[in-house]
Amino acid sequence: MTEVARLAWMAGRIAAAFDALPEEQAAAAIAAHINQFWAPPMRRGLLAADAAALAPRVRRALALVRPPASP
Amino acid sequence: MGLIRETDFGTPVRQGEATVSLVIDGQRVSVPAGTSVMAAAMHAGTKIPKLCATDSLEPFGSCRLCLVEIEGRRGTPASCTTPAEEGMVVRTHSDRLGKLRRGVMELYISDHPLDCLTCSANGDCELQDMAGAVGLREVRYGYEGANHFDGVKDESNPYFSYDPAKCIVCNRCVRACEEVQGTFALTITGRGFDSRVAPGLTDFLGSECVSCGACVQACPTATLIEKSVIEMGQPEKSVVTTCAYCGVGCSFKAELQGDRVVRMVPFKQGGANEGHSCVKGRFAWGYATHRDRITKPMIRGSIHEPWREVSWAEAIGHAASEFKRLQASYGRDAVGAISSSRCTNEEVFLVQKLVRGALGNNNIDTCARVCHAPTGYGLKTAFGTSAGTQDFKSVAKADVILVIGANPTDGHPVFASRMKRRLRQGAKLIVADPRRIDLVRSPHIEASHHLQLLPGSNVAFVNAMAHVVVTEGLVDEAFVRERCDLGDFEAWARFVALAENAPEETERFTGVPAAELRAAARLYASAGNGAIYYGLGVTEHSQGSTMVMGMANLAMATGNIGREGVGVNPLRGQNNVQGACDMGSFPHEFSGYRHVADDATREMFEATWGRALDGEPGLRIPNMLDEAIGGGFRGLYIQGEDIAQSDPNTQHVTAALRAMECVVVQDLFLNETAQYAHVFLPGASFLEKDGTFTNAERRINLVRKVMEPLAGMAEWEVTAALATALGFPMRYDHPSEIMDEIARVTPSFTGVSYAVLEARGSVQWPCNAAAPEGTPIMHVDRFVRGTGKFMITEFVPTEERTGPRFPLILTTGRILSQYNVGQQTRRTANTAWHDEDVLEIHPFDAESRGITSGELVALASRSGEVSLRAVVSERMQPGVVYTTFHHARTGANVITTDYSDWATNCPEYKVTAVQVRRTNALSRWQETHQQEAGQLRRIAPAAE
Repeated sequence: MTEVARLAWMAGRIAAAFDALPEEQAAAAIAAHINQFWAPPMRRGLLAADAAALAPRVRRALALVRPPASP
Repeated sequence: MGLIRETDFGTPVRQGEATVSLVIDGQRVSVPAGTSVMAAAMHAGTKIPKLCATDSLEPFGSCRLCLVEIEGRRGTPASCTTPAEEGMVVRTHSDRLGKLRRGVMELYISDHPLDCLTCSANGDCELQDMAGAVGLREVRYGYEGANHFDGVKDESNPYFSYDPAKCIVCNRCVRACEEVQGTFALTITGRGFDSRVAPGLTDFLGSECVSCGACVQACPTATLIEKSVIEMGQPEKSVVTTCAYCGVGCSFKAELQGDRVVRMVPFKQGGANEGHSCVKGRFAWGYATHRDRITKPMIRGSIHEPWREVSWAEAIGHAASEFKRLQASYGRDAVGAISSSRCTNEEVFLVQKLVRGALGNNNIDTCARVCHAPTGYGLKTAFGTSAGTQDFKSVAKADVILVIGANPTDGHPVFASRMKRRLRQGAKLIVADPRRIDLVRSPHIEASHHLQLLPGSNVAFVNAMAHVVVTEGLVDEAFVRERCDLGDFEAWARFVALAENAPEETERFTGVPAAELRAAARLYASAGNGAIYYGLGVTEHSQGSTMVMGMANLAMATGNIGREGVGVNPLRGQNNVQGACDMGSFPHEFSGYRHVADDATREMFEATWGRALDGEPGLRIPNMLDEAIGGGFRGLYIQGEDIAQSDPNTQHVTAALRAMECVVVQDLFLNETAQYAHVFLPGASFLEKDGTFTNAERRINLVRKVMEPLAGMAEWEVTAALATALGFPMRYDHPSEIMDEIARVTPSFTGVSYAVLEARGSVQWPCNAAAPEGTPIMHVDRFVRGTGKFMITEFVPTEERTGPRFPLILTTGRILSQYNVGQQTRRTANTAWHDEDVLEIHPFDAESRGITSGELVALASRSGEVSLRAVVSERMQPGVVYTTFHHARTGANVITTDYSDWATNCPEYKVTAVQVRRTNALSRWQETHQQEAGQLRRIAPAAE
């Protein structure tokens, strides 16, 4: 499993790239990007992360991140 | 097949619809206006004797051998410098002309060694040919007069020699260096009889010569000739193939004796290079038969054991059983593969097919991850397809050329020669680069603006350019209205118009004076034809994808898309980066850039391959390494890549490799990565392959085998055998059948086949029913995605920051004579130009640290430390240092970090905070690396 800190950092950078968007649009864009490009172990790790370790906009996007099927 | 002798028209073949009609030796011929009489005669099948003329060069008119008679004109004009005119009546042969030509030849031969039988050019000498053509039977002047026979040979260049005794001073070499290469390294010294060709006031190796070979190609005698021809003699047959170095994808004639390469000669009909070459493609092919080649499969139980040579069957069987074991123990996703941009489309296609079909996951990635992945993401988002918009020829129509983060004269030298030709014709140049690259000021070229921005500030820069375009009324409103999504445009225009994006505001990030940036933006936007060319200085940043979209925005806003002379053009690093991406090497996409989650596409592949396929994206290379260290990823098949040298933060990479239980490396050499491998499958060089490469202009070129694979198996056969051993049979008899499958499953390739490529030489994708002849220029009438999409490109600075401990920024790159990790070029005489990585540092930074050129310095970052020699250079700006990553022993990537592009995880090679200090020792990493390298590469003696 990739370190949660690494996943949180990556998700944070994605969120920063969509910073100019209104919050709801940003959440959708962040989640869409993660769903499109992140492999299941990474999404699993992110979804299991302590919310406090995540940027606020990432936290909001988590609800839209597709949970992977069980390994 | 014999030796291919390409037609030489004597002067350039002109293009154009307007023609003129004339009569030559009683035969009527029509040619494009501007064609010379000499070339017109050749069109009619008549060879006019010549020495100073060749069709890669403008006519010069010095040898006076090509004289003709023209009705109504006095004298005997030179046919090379006389344009064909309507109604002209020309006679190319007469007693008078024969006498004149023999007189000219007598003068030449009276000062030429008569050693034809032992001359290295015997059989390939135009002087010899012309003596025959004009019927030279005597030299009335004798051979005792003044001559140049005592001229001293210059053997300094490792690949060719210069023998002034054989020089006829035709100027072809000098003109080739100027007109074809654009380096202006050669000149004629002296006057009259003393005239001699010279590389300035030094020898060839010490001169400005870049060893492209254009002078050798142009020389009509043995004056400039390949040392391989001197050693081996003349070749007897040719095979046309494609260079395996950079993304220009030059076509070459491999000229052979049997299956031994005598020389590689650039092919005039090659669409990418049109007869030109660089030092790598032309001369640096000796690695293919280097003694370091590993030609027997090997396995070992652990990396601490010596390698054991085994049969192909045992090696492949062992790799397959290990991968099966790992999947059984750790899950289906615990293994994956990396394909290579150095391999053919067919090989790459099979590797990703193996992963998806045999391993049952999408853990396939390619080395484009660490170079042009942001290009794929950015251009697909903006335009709808992951590729550059133009063909290389397009640059000849550009009015303003904007080069961002690329160093074409080093990285893409043959394309750079095209670009320089256009610049000499008057096109304007803007260079945005932290370094003063050669293009900024070179002979007859000077950039209108060198925007010496700080590494990491590209997005601030491009937003400022856009700000000027939008706020100064420079938007091509008609183009935007007709071609682009207006809602997206308006949102983008509002964003870039914000005061925070004004050049006066971004100056604090970029370091570029606002007035100069404004002037550059105005120049680009009002160019007529503005063309953007970019390289890894754009992509290898934490905002690489944002920057690609920023450039796409700029091009769309100014209407610089969809015709010749414009566009957004990635200069791809390796020979088949474009192809590797096209072939489905990314973990989220099938071939043709279709997402694995798309049910219709996946079902089509499932039906074709007979396997259920995973609809989830797989791991990218950095993710594989992270997962390996976390324990979730245990096995990796690496074809033709050397991630232990090329990828960032070497110690992280090697820790990940050490954590895996089965690493399979398929390569020519025991490279850095192979030190951590358990199975070694010998690879094949490009000379041992049939297949195709796709270059940076989407041109699909054939690679043709000139010798059998040294290890006995082609790389595609090895992959197919491994897939079969994994329980997913692959049955092909020839790579052409793999291409047929690619064409069946990939919409942009449906018109591609080996038969088409043989017939046309090459095609540029999309090549399908809608574009049966291929597509040199994309997005002509509409964007692939329909309307062009403007994206908001917020500047998010990298988190890699300078500070008291690490006050300088390191940026890395490459140089002309070496290629990527140097596995190939380090095994050639190219080391004469570059035998170690050095650190370029500005005099200010050097002086404040007491550093002088040639001294050993320690280069340290938060990731690690290495030692290398310093070169004090004003090419750098204060605060920025530069090095290359060509030499494993240096370990440049020990220094680089894990920071990466937000969208693609492309590493941020271009921005690393570092400190530099004097030292007298190698770093700890370098010492350990030296000790371990021998240990981890041991091969057990073969059993008798």
